[in-house]
Amino acid sequence: MTQGTLYLASALVLILVGLACALLKRNLLRMVLGFAIMDTGVHLLIASVGFIPGRTAPIIDDPSMLADAGTLAVAAERVVDPVPQALVLTAIVIGVGVTALMLAYVVRLFAREGTLDVGAFRRLKW
Amino acid sequence: MMGRAVTVVLLLCVAGLFWYLASAGTPAELGSVSRRYVERGLEENRGSNLVTSVVVNYRGLDTLGEVTVLFLSVTGVAFVLRRRRDDEDATKGSAADAARRSVPASELVQTGARLLLGPMILFGAYIFVHGHLTPGGGFQGGAVVASAVLLLLLADRKRALPHGLMSWLESLSGFGFVVVGLVGLGVAGSFLANRGVVPLGTWNRLFSAGLIPVIYVLVGLKVGSELAALLDVMMRGEKGGAG
Repeated sequence: MTQGTLYLASALVLILVGLACALLKRNLLRMVLGFAIMDTGVHLLIASVGFIPGRTAPIIDDPSMLADAGTLAVAAERVVDPVPQALVLTAIVIGVGVTALMLAYVVRLFAREGTLDVGAFRRLKW
Repeated sequence: MMGRAVTVVLLLCVAGLFWYLASAGTPAELGSVSRRYVERGLEENRGSNLVTSVVVNYRGLDTLGEVTVLFLSVTGVAFVLRRRRDDEDATKGSAADAARRSVPASELVQTGARLLLGPMILFGAYIFVHGHLTPGGGFQGGAVVASAVLLLLLADRKRALPHGLMSWLESLSGFGFVVVGLVGLGVAGSFLANRGVVPLGTWNRLFSAGLIPVIYVLVGLKVGSELAALLDVMMRGEKGGAG
């Protein structure tokens, strides 16, 4: 199993665990946790898509990467893809915001109904 | 039981689709956009950390949107957890519950918080000031600063945070981000432009990469105060529930 496949497989496991948790659990807090785990899996997936074996982080701090003045063709052969990493950075922050909002709703619902069982909230059911 | 079976089938479908798409393999070379960023990023922005160059400069508008989303979610949490005077559930918390919550944190936590607060905020500031040189940046540094505030709140539940200062810090840093973008629009002809606005400086120095560190410091201040406000609202909501 190559390194890249290992990352993809771990991402798949995290996504499936999170999805199963969100779909099967009856407790609202566990469902939120499931979403958070799925979030982590998606982040790992995006980061691993940009991963290229044997290359270093996209930080140019080594003068040897600046071989030909200005062109940096050397660096393009030696670093991993910076774009998925930038996307993951955005996704993590958005994930924090979404999780916080979900937890706030859970707190509110618990204060109203006194239970965390998702089956107990029947008002929007038809 | 029916739902459980449907869920298992759905999960298997997700796994199958995933492996079908993943069997194409991940690219072994940089894509054309990434290659352009890597080859020209240093020349155009003078920032060592190319991820920061992408986040703050090339996709800077997305980052402005991202900061806005975080702000909206904090506002949403504050709205959902707001305390109403006529809230009937305010009396629900039992007396034992309230007593348990009013117990002060242990001396270890209190002393640790007092000792660590300064270094943690300083470390957060270090991370967002060096965002263009090392792994890290405004969001990461802001999260470290917010965790210092969390420690403070854990050590003393009754402590009131300086709300006026925090909302001013948050508003001004958000405003500053837009102003920096508009300065780029006015001087160099594109929103959040970096080249041609201020001197770019020397590669791999603290004062380099033009406006990128300026923007990341603003983002760090904004994220730090936003997350601190979020934690404060959540812990206060908990206390409000107990009456």
